[in-house]
Amino acid sequence: MSESNIVQDFLVESYENLDRLDRDLVGLEKNPKDADALAGVFRTIHTIKGTCGFLGFTKLEKVAHVGENLLTRLRDGQLTLNPEITTALLGMVDAVRQMLKEIQSTGQDGEVDYPELRENLTRLQQVDVSPAPPAVSQKSPVAAEVALSAPPEGTVDAVAETDSLPAPAATLSVEPTPPAAKKAAAKSARAVAKVAKGLSSRGQTGEVPTSQRESSQLPPASVDTAQGHGSENKAAKAQSAASGQSAQELRNRQAPSETIRVAVSVLDKLMTLVGELVLARNQLLQISNTVEHAGLQAASQRMNLIATELQEQVMKTRMQPIGIIWDQFPRTVRDVALGCGKQVSIEMEGKETELDKTIIEAIKDPLTHLVRNSVDHGIELPDDRDRLGKDRSGRLILRAFHEGGQVNIEISDDGAGLNPERLRQKALERGIVTAEQLSRMTERDIFNLIFLPGFSTAPKVTNVSGRGVGMDVVKTNVEKIGGTVEIQSTLGAGATVRVKIPLTLAIIPALVVTCGGDRYAIPQVSLLELVRLEADEVPKGIELVHGAPVYRLRGRLLPLVYLNRELKLAETDTSAGKDDAVNIVVLQADGRHFGLVVDQINDTEEIVVKPLRKQLKMVKTFAGSSIMGDGKVALILDVLGLAQRAGVISETRDRALTEKHAATGAQAEKQAFLLFAGPADSRMAIPLNTLARLEEFPVAQVEMSGSQWVTQYRGQILTLIRLSVVMEERRHRIRALQAPPMLDSGPLQVLVLNHEGRSFGLVVERILDIVEDPAAVKSAATRASVLYSVVIGDRVTELLDIPAILRSAESQATPSLPATRPAEAVH
Amino acid sequence: MAQTLQFCTFYLDKLLFGVELKGVQEVIRSLDMTQVPLAPAVVSGLINLRGQIVTAVNLRRLLELEPSPPGARAMNVVVRSDDGSVSLLVDEIGDVVEVDDSSFERPPQTMRGTVRTMITGVHKLNNQLMLVLDTEKACQMTADAVVAGQ
Repeated sequence: MSESNIVQDFLVESYENLDRLDRDLVGLEKNPKDADALAGVFRTIHTIKGTCGFLGFTKLEKVAHVGENLLTRLRDGQLTLNPEITTALLGMVDAVRQMLKEIQSTGQDGEVDYPELRENLTRLQQVDVSPAPPAVSQKSPVAAEVALSAPPEGTVDAVAETDSLPAPAATLSVEPTPPAAKKAAAKSARAVAKVAKGLSSRGQTGEVPTSQRESSQLPPASVDTAQGHGSENKAAKAQSAASGQSAQELRNRQAPSETIRVAVSVLDKLMTLVGELVLARNQLLQISNTVEHAGLQAASQRMNLIATELQEQVMKTRMQPIGIIWDQFPRTVRDVALGCGKQVSIEMEGKETELDKTIIEAIKDPLTHLVRNSVDHGIELPDDRDRLGKDRSGRLILRAFHEGGQVNIEISDDGAGLNPERLRQKALERGIVTAEQLSRMTERDIFNLIFLPGFSTAPKVTNVSGRGVGMDVVKTNVEKIGGTVEIQSTLGAGATVRVKIPLTLAIIPALVVTCGGDRYAIPQVSLLELVRLEADEVPKGIELVHGAPVYRLRGRLLPLVYLNRELKLAETDTSAGKDDAVNIVVLQADGRHFGLVVDQINDTEEIVVKPLRKQLKMVKTFAGSSIMGDGKVALILDVLGLAQRAGVISETRDRALTEKHAATGAQAEKQAFLLFAGPADSRMAIPLNTLARLEEFPVAQVEMSGSQWVTQYRGQILTLIRLSVVMEERRHRIRALQAPPMLDSGPLQVLVLNHEGRSFGLVVERILDIVEDPAAVKSAATRASVLYSVVIGDRVTELLDIPAILRSAESQATPSLPATRPAEAVH
Repeated sequence: MAQTLQFCTFYLDKLLFGVELKGVQEVIRSLDMTQVPLAPAVVSGLINLRGQIVTAVNLRRLLELEPSPPGARAMNVVVRSDDGSVSLLVDEIGDVVEVDDSSFERPPQTMRGTVRTMITGVHKLNNQLMLVLDTEKACQMTADAVVAGQ
């Protein structure tokens, strides 16, 4: 194996370990006595450290080393885990993760060696050298102590005790698999306790630590121990019982090691092949139906069954439990909650619910967003909750389950819920709806307002019900994979966001229709119902509203779209004749219903989706292609694209534009941008992924530090950089820079950005919108601090160069400025 | 010693074209084709190549030649591109020829604009000229035509 392979394996393994570390550490914070988890954490860090040393990543090794030292103290019971230590350890995990990324991209562990973090970790190590529990600190009479502290019943506590003994790290390398291992460990602990008792009564204490140490290795080793020392005394019986048990457990434990790592590309290829097999099977079935041959028929039937089962199994290989994403949430929740001074507990149901890998990847960000929002905006501060008679600690419940071939994911909190009245006001303020429209809206419609672009990004985003940045982005992303988002809320009692997504994207159920002699597939998710008008009903049934054909579907007008006209197909004989029946496929796109008129409706089928090649990606009426049972290719209609083409969706101009870009963006290299108004009302943007939060600060909260504007933000000092200053002509800069905030102006609109691990705030005039756009048309920048100008939403927009702005702000702040202005000057 | 190259040749409107053999995946007779509505005319349709869906490019149209006579069955020259395979529709398949640099010349200055980007040069064979087609460029031009058509 070459070195790069070793490094690759190390990276894959370490990433997985780090995810578990996040989880374990947060778990430990709640239950610091959980020695199993502590040992697990220790082992992970130790492994990373060891491998780094071997591979020569010295900086990474250094960081892991101090972490390990601290963990040793925790494990030995000389320190107890507290939030401060947890935060430091999580910080270390982040640092390690950062360095791993560095290794991945450059092959080196980076320039930074995190001196502050290491110092902090070292300091924590020394702080409270509180007296450790006697069982651990007095090392000589170990045997007697263990005998006392491990009751014959041998509960998990016994494991805790044995583990906390000074066992050499190396012997801890066997990973316990709960609960089997726990049981086994408890068993061996019990056995050891008995040995210890026996020995100490005979005064042979010197012998014990070894056996003790060895048996604290979990099952596989404990078998050896049991056999190695078993014959020694009267406890032998107990031990052999234990070893019998652990042998049993050992067999159970083999299971996890019977998995192998497979490259995703192999699975993808397998999936493609199975898709082709399914097609071949379909062809074979068609042929066998026309041939009278008993043997052939039987064989094709069996082939049919096998292919179906194979398809299911291969699909399964790509399935992953949703827990993979959720496991990161306790950490996210902890960080967000700590940041805004809240207490939140997280509960999960249905972690084992499985989804296709591509979907798992696609929903990770939207879900994270929803969870953050629930903690940040949904759950109230502890004091407020007290006042409302709620538990001080808020509850966040994640639930996942299968229903009707879809996966439902619910994120519920018991926080304040959405306030429909505030939403109404804000929608009016922002001019998103008219008062007349509002009066007709149901409460549910009103909740759905928060998914509109421009609503969630409104200036008051942090305190009003708008649930943070980009609910519209959440919605767009979920819809892109054929899912839906819904919100339910009870004022004062909490809100539930329900996300419904399909199980897989590779094979979808679709309705096959014929038009102009070719077949087209319509994804079932967009399909509502089928209507057939017999020839004599047609003249009455289809009416014209100023030239636009409509059909009365249960009393409501359904606009009709003729597929052959939209696709500019030659009118076939069947559709041209007025005396023929009309087939209407009722579809929905973006909440609008419309009827698609086709020549013929064939059947529903499970189709294998194949993306369109580059040459055709820009034809946005089609979502992909598929091979039909007879081996011919059929195109899959993109219902949204078709609706736009036909003009079914055309709300306000901006909305339509955003939608259009979202739709084309699915194919082109698209990016999400935050649009805002800069100085002198110029239109500017930053990539959304650089944005941490949107905030609004009253001017009174702004203080001066030197000539810099700063504010207190989540327990930290946040430097505010004014775009108006950065963008100012050089000669005016100094004056503008020194100006204190104007008290009479409205609150400041601030974009909180993270750059190279530091947060800072960018003060802008007004926040406009979040859009997804390929931003394909570019031209060179016309001034400093601008990367280039792009066309977003049909308007020229300047894309900011964040590192340049930072540099510029820093260079202005430090040199050649008059004396510091006292902070009082502001007030 | 001059480097020799192998070309797969084909005819389009009586002209002899060549594409480098190493970029050719296979040559097959005409297959059932699914038309792509709304796509520009350079895209003839989609074909099913053993489970792989391949875009068929109307090479005559791309190279601004006369459209093929009605009823003519085109051959598929399937070439590899950076975005999967693409089938080039041609009139007739020729031989595989081996040439070296000595017979190569740049296209004449008088050749017209867009075609010039796809035809990198001419090999002077004994009895005929062979136009060298850059398949990567041809695929790119097809994609551009689709974008322009939107």
